[in-house]
Amino acid sequence: MLKKWHIGVALGALLAVGFSAGASADEAYIPLISKGFQHQFWQAVKLGAEQAAKKDDVRITFEGPETEAQVDKQIDMLSAALAKHPNAIGFAALDSQAATPLLKKAQSEKIPVIAFDSGVDSDIPLTTCHTDSVASAALAADKMADMIGDAGEVAVIVHDQTSRTGIDRRDGFLNEMKAKHPNIKIVSVQYGAGDHLKSAEIAKADLQAHPDLKGIFGANEGSAEGAAIGVKESGRKVVLIGYDSGKEQMDAIRSGLMAGAITQNPIGIGACVVDSAVKALKGEKLPTNIDTGFYWYDKTNIDDPKIAAVLYN
Amino acid sequence: MEPNTAIPTERSAAQARAPMIGFGLNHFIGAQAQQKLLAFLSLIVMFIFFCFASPAFGQMDNVIAIMQATAVDGVLGISATFVIITAGIDLSVGTLMTFTAVMCGVFLTDWGFPMWVGILAAIGTGALCGSVSGFLIAKLKIPPFIATLGMMWAVKGLSLIVSGVKPIYFNDTPNFYRISQDSLIGYVVPSMPIPNGVLIMFVLAIFATIILNRTALGRYTFALGSNEEAARLSGVNVDAWKIAVYALAGAITGVAGLIIASRLNSAQPALGQGYELEAIAAVVIGGTSLAGGAGTILGTIIGAFIMGVLTNGLRILSVAQEWQTVVTGVIIILAVYADILRRKRA
Repeated sequence: MLKKWHIGVALGALLAVGFSAGASADEAYIPLISKGFQHQFWQAVKLGAEQAAKKDDVRITFEGPETEAQVDKQIDMLSAALAKHPNAIGFAALDSQAATPLLKKAQSEKIPVIAFDSGVDSDIPLTTCHTDSVASAALAADKMADMIGDAGEVAVIVHDQTSRTGIDRRDGFLNEMKAKHPNIKIVSVQYGAGDHLKSAEIAKADLQAHPDLKGIFGANEGSAEGAAIGVKESGRKVVLIGYDSGKEQMDAIRSGLMAGAITQNPIGIGACVVDSAVKALKGEKLPTNIDTGFYWYDKTNIDDPKIAAVLYN
Repeated sequence: MEPNTAIPTERSAAQARAPMIGFGLNHFIGAQAQQKLLAFLSLIVMFIFFCFASPAFGQMDNVIAIMQATAVDGVLGISATFVIITAGIDLSVGTLMTFTAVMCGVFLTDWGFPMWVGILAAIGTGALCGSVSGFLIAKLKIPPFIATLGMMWAVKGLSLIVSGVKPIYFNDTPNFYRISQDSLIGYVVPSMPIPNGVLIMFVLAIFATIILNRTALGRYTFALGSNEEAARLSGVNVDAWKIAVYALAGAITGVAGLIIASRLNSAQPALGQGYELEAIAAVVIGGTSLAGGAGTILGTIIGAFIMGVLTNGLRILSVAQEWQTVVTGVIIILAVYADILRRKRA
């Protein structure tokens, strides 16, 4: 009959959080449903949102599924968030179509929706706070061309071939090379799921297969850091360009193993969502898109206050 | 079969607190039914607690959302229950669910077949892959853990290959969303628009219970789990029945594939991994032993709802996501430990 006892423990644990959750009822409540949760990038978005929430005097929660494949889990999260009758909602869709019925519900209940990151493919969100991924990857391509003398072989390691950021960063990089740097040959585009080890193996295989390889572009944190491991292990000298930040990547840039990287402004994305939601609640008009910006950083400007503010460990 | 558990002679603390109920239970129903009743009571208590903790929780909309979120795990749990009763395990249910959804998408969207063909394609794909797992286990004597681990990756890869690593949308089959999202119950009782996905789970649970308790397949499912050698010696074709159990489990997984594909109106090829563990969690919370030979479908459905209510309730209370995960883990361990204690006492 220990069932009662276990219920007791569970309830005891829940009771505490139950009361703390009910404490602040009159502040505006804005849940953010993100595409992820555990990656440092999403934690930085969360931080930005929390800072803005404090400034704007609103209450937020931040949730996201464990992997970007879990479309249905994200829908469940959105559904639970709507059940709480929030004042506004921040949403980064994994699959816009799957979320449409719930977004329509939000619209019919007059809950403003602010999209972020890859956004929502629909006209329901009032605005989208995001990075121009194509332009940011094009900047990486230009930097690469610059550093390898505008000619030679380059390999690309992308986190995945389905997500918006994966597609846009890959195509942004490839198209820029094709359009502006015809003497650069992309010899390999491979996908490492953003996994350090897999990306490292891909980088080593690329180096093995192409003895004249001059550069590698890693399209997200895991891809870039993995590529750095692969380059280090192979002992070769190539121009390595990364994306986003993270401690390992920043260390690699400081040590010269990595030439530099593109950083988004995740803290700015989080702040933009909350600020836009607050503006929407005040009835202010919002632009369709808000570009939260991206920057090139390398050894020379990594400690620049403007850059350091958007980097995360 | 589950051994008949004796009624404890001494009065436990819980019975002392509620002597009337304890007395009634002991006299009118067996201990196994009591366990299920207690699991059900835990679910009710949890539900009532969340209702008091947040007014948003008990609203019809949210209750329906909980049911909808539970439908897939519940159906996968039914599939896993069959396999686990045979003392086996099926790690492939998550990715196989995805593969059945993708195959359904191939038949409907890529090849333009009518909807019923797509439904058969999903269930048939599931049954086929299930029987392959069953064959590997029964005939090639590969341990279930390894055989289904291999199947898990194989079908995960096949989903990506067949779909071209892109979601397959069902926009050309306008009625496809009805499988999961429409509500037959809502037409009869407009105030309770319970989605069809949930209805399918309940209907399937009833069929599965009948198969498990009233058919030869069910009898041999239990026999395989409690003493496979004895069954073999008494002339039962254990290999054939084992393959049949895995094929049935695969077919049920195909139903889960249909529910999730219809709910998302797309087959998402990268989804699925991790769902097998949720299904197994629902099964063990529901009192089915991983040692095999005992288990019930009703227990699994209750287990799936305990998970669903907990996940949703913690979200509604805005509990930090890190802590949601911790609480879920603790509840699984406590539920199974309580069950172990009960068996020891019995």
